[in-house]
Amino acid sequence: MTNPSPGGNTAALSARMISFAPMSARRMLALGGIGLILVGMLVGDIFAVFVLHQNAARVGESLSSAAHAAMTGDANAVSGSFQSVGSFLENRGTKVDTHVHMIAFGYLALMLAILQPWVALRESTRKKVAWTFLIGAWLLPVGVFLIHYVGLAYSPLPAIGWASIFADLGGALVIVATLACLFGIARHFSQAQLPPIEDVLMKDRSVAGRILLAGGLALILLGFLHGAYYAAVDLYRHEAMDYSLLSQMTITAAAKNGAALDSALSEYGQLSGEKAVNIAAHAHAIEFGLLAMLLAFFQPFVRLRDSWKRTWAWVLLLGSLALPVFVLLELKLGLLAGGIADVGGLLVVIAVLAMWVGILRYTGEIDAAPWISSRGTE
Amino acid sequence: MSAARRLLIVGGIALALLGMIFGVWYAVFAEHQELDGIGRSLATGFSAAARRDAAGADAALNQYKNLKYAYDRHVDVHGHWIGLAMVLIVLGIGIDRMGFSEQFKMLLATALLFGSFLFPLGVLLQTLSGGSVPRALAVAGSALVIVSLTGMTVGFARGQKA
Repeated sequence: MTNPSPGGNTAALSARMISFAPMSARRMLALGGIGLILVGMLVGDIFAVFVLHQNAARVGESLSSAAHAAMTGDANAVSGSFQSVGSFLENRGTKVDTHVHMIAFGYLALMLAILQPWVALRESTRKKVAWTFLIGAWLLPVGVFLIHYVGLAYSPLPAIGWASIFADLGGALVIVATLACLFGIARHFSQAQLPPIEDVLMKDRSVAGRILLAGGLALILLGFLHGAYYAAVDLYRHEAMDYSLLSQMTITAAAKNGAALDSALSEYGQLSGEKAVNIAAHAHAIEFGLLAMLLAFFQPFVRLRDSWKRTWAWVLLLGSLALPVFVLLELKLGLLAGGIADVGGLLVVIAVLAMWVGILRYTGEIDAAPWISSRGTE
Repeated sequence: MSAARRLLIVGGIALALLGMIFGVWYAVFAEHQELDGIGRSLATGFSAAARRDAAGADAALNQYKNLKYAYDRHVDVHGHWIGLAMVLIVLGIGIDRMGFSEQFKMLLATALLFGSFLFPLGVLLQTLSGGSVPRALAVAGSALVIVSLTGMTVGFARGQKA
């Protein structure tokens, strides 16, 4: 039920009938949210294969140039090399931000879709809010992605380019839409006599939903356990090594000991890789777990056979487990593990796409069921 | 709305707000200063090495170490408060599907909310004090989160009929 009305049974039922109708706010947010997550994951996969390692190598090369410039006593070249590091990190940062924001906005859209029955606004207003959210949720990551390429070209401002301006506008639209939903929820709870909300998403007890909820939470737990292990065993050691290796670089550069300098640079590269895979494994396990849990609520609207729903749920969980585990193994197994991790990511993309298609195929049989049964008893 | 669901959803929203307010404070008053400082101290350290100034390089790298220590923890606190808030809200929405009594659900929800607040707080306090109390708080908070999440995973696997 999306828009409870005191106008009697028929009005309440007709309100429930539009709860997941094509172009309804809830459906737009659900499909748009999953779409954002899908594109965000594809961007992440492309980034991992074609940009991440190359960019890390360039950052390493620039640090090496800075260290060797220090060895030859060329302070200007040191400064130039660190400027290059900054540029490579900015390029990397905007790609990561695009990936992260698309997925985070997708999660937020799914959460807002689940909460729609509690948003006490007219359906037409909720549709406008959903459109505003989705436009902003696309504008921000696209703008962030373009920052590195557009720069300050034709910008009216001295320090902020057009891409940043549009990204900020996107962020503002998302904030406005989210605040509108929060206002609707506050309005719902401030009403004196609340009709009970009967939401099919809350009532669902399907096997696929249970697999996704339990499996998703288990993934979050695994991610958390790994984070706790990393914090207890590796974090302080890594921080100490970070400082001591940089210190070794400056000392060996000043002493003009090229072999020791190269050894410190090589160890520093290895340390950066170790930190990166641990952070990536921790973050991906938790994010995939949250995704599985959010998708569990939408299983009633996935118009596929139950056996297929269960299959896609397991595929999603398998891929979600494989990616962080093999990212962690990348340091030991190299490219083979990286390849398997990418396949894990692809499995997640395929499973989410299958669920998205299932939701697209949904034609309203659950929404229509109460209406049909009420017609039968008239 | 059951008490456990209310606790998780209201607590989750409060934690998200806390994380965002901390994020705004951090972005305005700390982030750029820390990032600029990290970049500058690294460049200064290597430039000092180029001038064969060992003391200058050491001082700059020490500054880098302290700034990086604070920066990593500030980012972690912001990310973990908001991330855990999202987990709390989603668990609140789905808590009716957990195959446990209302009392046990309430116990798990309370432990999870308390741990989710405490763990990043302990990490944040590490930037103010190098003693063992902040670390103990972070460990206790994360232990509460791990134990309550384990219980909830079992609860979802058991399931509950509508």
